[in-house]
Amino acid sequence: MSESEAILNCQNVWKLFGKDAERFLRDESNIDDASLSSAGLIGAVRDASIEVVEGEIFVIMGLSGSGKSTLLRCLSRLIEPTSGVIEFEGENLLEQSENQMIQIRRHKMGMVFQHFALMPHLTVLGNVAFPLEIQGVDKKHREERAREVIELVGLEGRESYYPRELSGGQQQRVGIARSLSVEPKIWFLDEPFSALDPLIRREMQDEFLRIQSVLNKTIVFITHDFNEAIRLADRIAIMKSGLIIQIGTPEELVLHPADDYVEEFTNDLARSKVFSARAVMREKSSDIVSGGSVLQSVKIDDLAGDLIDSELPFDVVDSEGEVLGVITREDVINVLVNKTT
Amino acid sequence: MISASVQARISLSRTKQFALWLLAFAIITVIWVGGELWPWAVKAPKELSWRIESLGSCTSVRYCVTGFMKWLVGDESYVFPWTFKEFTRTIAAGIEIPYQFIKSLLAAGFTIPLGKGESWQTPPLSWLGITIVMTWIAYRLKDWTLALMVFLCISYITIFGHWESATITLSSIAVAVPIGVAFGISVGILGYRYPSFERAITPILDLMQTVPIFAYLVPVLFLFGFGPVSAITATVVYATPPMVRITMLALQTVPTDIKEFGKMVGCTKRQMTWRVLIPSAKPGLMVGVNQVIMLSLNMVIIASMIGAGGLGFDVLASLRRQAIGEGLEAGIAITLIAIVVDRLTQAWAAQAPELHSESNSVLSGRTKFLLIVFTVLAITTTVGFALPIFAQWPEVWEFTTGQFWNDLVKWININFFDQLEAIKIFILLNILKPLKLFLLELPWPGALILLGLAGYQLGGPKLALLVVSLASFILITGQWTKAMITVYLCGISVVFASIIGMTIGIVASGSTRLKKAVLIFIDTLQTLPSFVYLLPVVMLFRVGDFSAMVAVVLYALPPAVRYTIYGIEQISASLIEAAKTSGCTRIQTLTKVQIRLAWPEIMLGINQTVMFALSMLVITALVGTRDLGQEVYIALTKADTGRGLVAGLSVAFIAIITDRLISAAARRRKQALGMG
Repeated sequence: MSESEAILNCQNVWKLFGKDAERFLRDESNIDDASLSSAGLIGAVRDASIEVVEGEIFVIMGLSGSGKSTLLRCLSRLIEPTSGVIEFEGENLLEQSENQMIQIRRHKMGMVFQHFALMPHLTVLGNVAFPLEIQGVDKKHREERAREVIELVGLEGRESYYPRELSGGQQQRVGIARSLSVEPKIWFLDEPFSALDPLIRREMQDEFLRIQSVLNKTIVFITHDFNEAIRLADRIAIMKSGLIIQIGTPEELVLHPADDYVEEFTNDLARSKVFSARAVMREKSSDIVSGGSVLQSVKIDDLAGDLIDSELPFDVVDSEGEVLGVITREDVINVLVNKTT
Repeated sequence: MISASVQARISLSRTKQFALWLLAFAIITVIWVGGELWPWAVKAPKELSWRIESLGSCTSVRYCVTGFMKWLVGDESYVFPWTFKEFTRTIAAGIEIPYQFIKSLLAAGFTIPLGKGESWQTPPLSWLGITIVMTWIAYRLKDWTLALMVFLCISYITIFGHWESATITLSSIAVAVPIGVAFGISVGILGYRYPSFERAITPILDLMQTVPIFAYLVPVLFLFGFGPVSAITATVVYATPPMVRITMLALQTVPTDIKEFGKMVGCTKRQMTWRVLIPSAKPGLMVGVNQVIMLSLNMVIIASMIGAGGLGFDVLASLRRQAIGEGLEAGIAITLIAIVVDRLTQAWAAQAPELHSESNSVLSGRTKFLLIVFTVLAITTTVGFALPIFAQWPEVWEFTTGQFWNDLVKWININFFDQLEAIKIFILLNILKPLKLFLLELPWPGALILLGLAGYQLGGPKLALLVVSLASFILITGQWTKAMITVYLCGISVVFASIIGMTIGIVASGSTRLKKAVLIFIDTLQTLPSFVYLLPVVMLFRVGDFSAMVAVVLYALPPAVRYTIYGIEQISASLIEAAKTSGCTRIQTLTKVQIRLAWPEIMLGINQTVMFALSMLVITALVGTRDLGQEVYIALTKADTGRGLVAGLSVAFIAIITDRLISAAARRRKQALGMG
């Protein structure tokens, strides 16, 4: 997080469900599965620390019951953490009064829900304008703003439709538009595409990336789908039974999985879509003649065609054009057949 | 699936159970045989009373209640900054004013004073206008079928000469329903917001729904006096509890996503309730509104005992005159109103009108609709000034089948008197009398022991304690003998109703078409006001226990049938297939698989049957039973609040005891079958 400041900084957050959780946390020095279960507590989130940097897509990935949704809800205090610090724009959220939280949620946070959570009695326009209505924005301005975001998510012409007249994908577009209508500083997405068909899910992921390229929001995105995480994330945190096991870029996770659990996920992954030229390149010795050059950040999937057609290896260069290494046909083919080195 | 340890526990407790029951019966036999030695144990005790000078006339539970009520309506009860009497008068005015307005509009017309002691009487809204408007609304809400049904129902009311009564009844319903709904939703919201409040009101709601309606009437009558205000108050009190429950349930079942969404956009508590929760819970709340309407209509006849007037009074008067035809016709009119209102509100709730509309016309759909309704009513009513036929359906065109029914009953009585009498006497002598004797002779300590034992076995010490203390209340308030008569009449009726109901249910389950027909028949039967059952029964069998029993059996039949059908229906098809592939015959499938698996549901059905039977039993006091129902009825005629409340609570406690025991048994059975 050297490039820029963390906008959301969550340190040692715990959420234990059960009686006397706070006392347990204070008094017990050695907290593990055994001591938790003997105290009759469920450790939904255990000592989680994450930092989310301005403009990044931070994905929290875990299977059901891993605590990812609980952690997300702790970040907005929908669920009260048992202990820890959650700093948002430099202020500890856990010290804010109820009214201050209402103001923060109204103006700085947006959230998209797995099952859309659209209001059945409101039109698309009414739903998207709803958060502004709650703030007390007058009808003209809120509808103007709502139309803007509806256009952004590609639903123009459907303003007067009711949610049940729309397909699942369209409904989630409404959910996305609604969460963006207040121009949030931080954007939470809780498994937004899990309830959709696989084909639509893919389309929505592309749509999400397109919207993000326009808005450049700071995003916390929850998913149980590792492929989705890899596709969307700048960085991923992997959770298992309440603990964060590893945080890293998609490449880092695949190259250096922290344990067998993480590695398990990476096994049947199309590596060519994860690895960039830089991750695969080898040192350039003086005798190598290159047939072209590629930017270090280009994914193998995208450069494979050209390189395989070419007889010669390619130079890998950085944005200034300096040569960092070379990449050969053999390297690319190894990645494409998922051969681990 | 039952684990080995549970299995062991069950078989172990079986022997213990057996020993316990044996012991209990031994004790009872000893008390019974040695009755001469302990006469206090065999004879039910008199009401428990005390003499404490400082308490004045408060010498027993019922005198205390009566004394308290007298104090309450007196001039010294400063419970609020003002006296309780002033408080009730305010409520009365709040009900009276809208009621008079609606009644003038629909039934009586307005009296406009012109000065000098003269006044001008406007006619009420024209029957023709209302018929047209209602039919058109039905069409708009759903389709021509519903419109036709509504038209026919209203026409029946008009042609049979019940228009005026019906509009009076509707006026009081129109006041009672909004009050009940608003009150129910408010209390429901409080219950949702504060779980401790919910815990506090749940037992009160339970009690309110089990206390017989008659018992409500006594204090209401005492506080508000005879008249429509009392009737409306009693109706609200009776119809509100389900609305409270449904509101709490509907709010609790709003999806978590929606609740979290509301929080995330920064809703305040008030915004959360009114902008997010209530709109999202609307379908559930509509069910509640429908319930309030149906229960209010249920109450129509009973409310007429304390001055509601209208159709209810017509039924009651016919019952007193033993004019079966007129009573039946008025009863059917109530049912038809109930059906029309039910279908219309359901269509309104299910109407998913909210498809986006492309129209940009100046008048919105709603404005146009109101304009047309207003015009139709105005024109037809105005024409009524010139042509009286528009104002009132001419009497000469009225039609009645009353004479036909009266003649039919007369004919049956003349030609089949002996047969009917033979059946009646046979059942009376062989079933009713012996059971009555047994229950009356059963020593009360024995009864308490048996109840406690049953409670202990089905639900542990807590249930045993509850059951015994409720029964003790009946004992110490001196209601034991009357309660035993209630139990005997109710018990025997439930047995008959269950046997007949289950048989019908099982037979009907055999074919889809038959099932459908039976369910429609039952639905219709259930919308008939309970009093209507009494009419033919009394005409055929005259007053007495037997008539009461027949009426109760008829009234309590539907739940037994419904739950049997439902219980058999919900058995998974693969189990039936498994039975068939194992070579079961149809009878074997039925007896060895279907009935066994449906048993927990059937038990719940029997539970409902008991509840229905008890509520009907109180009404049968009108045909001369000597049980708790009669006690309540007497209290009503004497406006004796203490007596009415004590007897009413006793009925409620019998209901609660039965309900808790049967529910516990059904739960155990379900668990044993691995379905719970």
